[in-house]
Amino acid sequence: MTLDAKIPEGPLAEKWSKHKFNLKLVNPANKRKYTVIVVGTGLAGASAAASLAELGYNVKAFCFQDSPRRAHSIAAQGGINAAKNYQNDGDSIHRLFYDTIKGGDYRAREGNVYRLAEVSVNIIDQCVAQGVPFAREYGGLLDNRSFGGAQVSRTFYARGQTGQQLLLGAYSALNRQIHAGKVTMFSRHEMMDVVTIDGQAKGIVTRNLVTGNIESHAGHAVLLCTGGYGNVFYLSTNAMGCNVTAAWKAHKRGAFFANPCFTQIHPTCIPVTGDHQSKLTLMSESLRNDGRVWVPKTKELAAKLRNGEIKPADLKEEDRDYFLERKYPSFGNLVPRDVASRNAKEMVDEGRGVGTSGIAVFLDFADAIKRLGEETVREKYGNLFDMYQQITDENPYKQPMRIYPAVHYTMGGLWVDYNLMTTVPGLYALGEANFSDHGANRLGASALMQGLADGYFVIPYTLGDYLASIGPKPVDANHPAFKEAEKEVKAHIKQLLSLKGKKTVDQYHRELGHIMWEYCGMARNEDGLIKAKELISALRKDFWKNAFVCGSNEELNQNLEKASRVADFLELGELMVEDALKRKESCGGHFRIESQTDEGEAKRDDDHYTYVAAWEYKGDDKPETLHKEKLVFENVKLTQRSYK
Amino acid sequence: MMRLSILEDMKLTLKVWRQKNANTKGQLVTYKADHVSPDMSFLEMLDVVNEDLIHKGDEPIHFDHDCREGICGACSLHINGRPHGPKQGITTCQLHMRSFNDGDVIVIEPWRAAAFPVIRDLVTDRSAFDRIQHAGGYISVNTGGVPDANCIPISKVVADEALNSATCIGCGACVAACKNASAMLFVSAKVSQMALLPQGQPERYQRVQAMVTQMDQEGFGNCTNTGACEAECPKEISLSNIARMNRDYFAANIFKE
Repeated sequence: MTLDAKIPEGPLAEKWSKHKFNLKLVNPANKRKYTVIVVGTGLAGASAAASLAELGYNVKAFCFQDSPRRAHSIAAQGGINAAKNYQNDGDSIHRLFYDTIKGGDYRAREGNVYRLAEVSVNIIDQCVAQGVPFAREYGGLLDNRSFGGAQVSRTFYARGQTGQQLLLGAYSALNRQIHAGKVTMFSRHEMMDVVTIDGQAKGIVTRNLVTGNIESHAGHAVLLCTGGYGNVFYLSTNAMGCNVTAAWKAHKRGAFFANPCFTQIHPTCIPVTGDHQSKLTLMSESLRNDGRVWVPKTKELAAKLRNGEIKPADLKEEDRDYFLERKYPSFGNLVPRDVASRNAKEMVDEGRGVGTSGIAVFLDFADAIKRLGEETVREKYGNLFDMYQQITDENPYKQPMRIYPAVHYTMGGLWVDYNLMTTVPGLYALGEANFSDHGANRLGASALMQGLADGYFVIPYTLGDYLASIGPKPVDANHPAFKEAEKEVKAHIKQLLSLKGKKTVDQYHRELGHIMWEYCGMARNEDGLIKAKELISALRKDFWKNAFVCGSNEELNQNLEKASRVADFLELGELMVEDALKRKESCGGHFRIESQTDEGEAKRDDDHYTYVAAWEYKGDDKPETLHKEKLVFENVKLTQRSYK
Repeated sequence: MMRLSILEDMKLTLKVWRQKNANTKGQLVTYKADHVSPDMSFLEMLDVVNEDLIHKGDEPIHFDHDCREGICGACSLHINGRPHGPKQGITTCQLHMRSFNDGDVIVIEPWRAAAFPVIRDLVTDRSAFDRIQHAGGYISVNTGGVPDANCIPISKVVADEALNSATCIGCGACVAACKNASAMLFVSAKVSQMALLPQGQPERYQRVQAMVTQMDQEGFGNCTNTGACEAECPKEISLSNIARMNRDYFAANIFKE
């Protein structure tokens, strides 16, 4: 099978408008004859469901949470990028495109990224019209802040809770369509499988998480808006429920999985305190606008700090190493996330880490407080500072924050073409669930942009083209393919519930997380990856023998839910490692120790690896097949990324 | 076990509401938690208790939770008689065990309100909140065809005030705190956000009526101005939202088209 990304011909800036014109349309009167299934109600899912329903399609929307408003997009803090150039500081669609391609270390498609930058401006208009209360200047116009990887201020925000406000905006649009009867909402439902008929996606099988009922839902197309798979690492900034199940089941039904090893490790998270830890908390990247990252100049001073012999404030300026400012004078503390994370790890590996564990660096606001006053700092970052104090019991106004990188986002995901369709016709992936726009590293404030771009402004156009081509003939949920899928789901659940071994599901998840973090985390090498493959494979076998799953199917059973998700993570983990192993270059968040510049930066190998790795599932315990989609760059020159 | 904290373990006694499902009666069951680190969050403490229960072959305690950073609104525990526990302005997931003392007895219950029936143990059905939002918690604009964002200047003071209302996470602590199980703080936060903004004006009065009508149908009680909701709200949503909503609701009857 050859992968056709379906990037339209023609100049970059005209591709999307030409493509929109060429797409087939569905007559308004016919739209009501189609049903579209949307799984996930975060920014991508809620915006897609609402927009499609507004157009006249019937939508069935699903989420595993008790309400669509709780999808994890809600937790995004810092902001959303848009090429509005309201600041008159030289921004443009082309610059946002360029920053995103470069930030992604040249492993994303030009066509997709340009479209993302193009529609970014519409997103802000849409959100404001919905009543999203963005931060404003005293004159009443919208305010912006700066984010990593850019030298312009293009990030729109609502204090430290931008994701919440954007999601509540999309949720309100969704609610309006639920009220209008165009969207039927299924909360506390988990997607357990995708159903294909004659190779086309025609519906899903779900488990009602309260009653345990296994239900079939038929539709003309299925949209997976189910987020990323960072929880494969056990500890991450993801919500506890975030999982790969929907994407993984789709993968097993024929959707290729692209660049699974591209994981974003976010530099500014609150460090781990102990084994009981269930998740990690992010401190927004926006803090790097005013916070300065440093460690002590010497190992000896770091040791004294860790023992509590001295306090951070005791260290004189000349005893501090502001390593990001020193190494990257032009971007300073605002280098992209992968660069900032790797440098923090380097400092800790050198023995210059701080905090009781020594696995942390400082993020210091003393200068900002001196320059702006405590009140201004409180106004800008108050809720983040409060959150930090709540968790650590330390006052960041008085002493520097301790931060360390943590798994945050997955650039990899289901392979999609320019229309956001996976390799299964009629099956789409939107938002973090797809792989398409961020290359090997995502820039801050771009996830919200991509989720909403896909849902509000891309899928309403591209889906119509497919629906027009298949026609509105109704799909029957009693088709044997649905019954077969239901049977398989029931057997899977029965098998999980039959596990009565000695180890809890969480123990397996934690072990998997350790393996992934150790060998497939911030730095990877061949030996480690080979070892990780063996370890994961053994762990998975052990899971199916010695795990313990309690309760029954016919009730709310959180242990069963978790077991089913962990079973999928145990399969995904191995594919991630395999992908990392095959890509012998470093790029963005994927750092192969064997491939670095003299200065220790990620060194790409464009001659051999300028491609998207798309993996095809071949059956249980069989190696997956690698397909390569060559990336073509006609508008940017591939260079070694430099933020110096 | 990896221990990075210098603080000692605590021993606690938990009295937890256990209820198999909506149709059975529940009761408080006592558990011992002997290895609690002060650095744990409250939910991490329950994770540890649950791991022990599973090892012993017992059913783990069910509770709603997701983001564990105070923003999704899923967690909803009534701790020692207070929604989200003893501390002001935080959710259950942000509560850390250092807020308790060694030897404490902690009573953990679900939200108690007729409109929030128990599904299992500490998990309740809060879909009534969603239905109130369906009734009118939006500004009726379709995707596309909207004006440039800066065409609608909004004073910073108004935008900030709207954001204060919009920070509601929909957890339901206000209902759980209220002796009447009233949802007025929740509903008024949404009504206020939109009533304050110019974009919300065209549907202002219709919205408040629709949302209040749905709220009443869901079986929430009336507001008697005790202020418990504001005191327990993890996002410290102000009682003045209720005053604003009452004024709009009253005005709606006069200005009704």
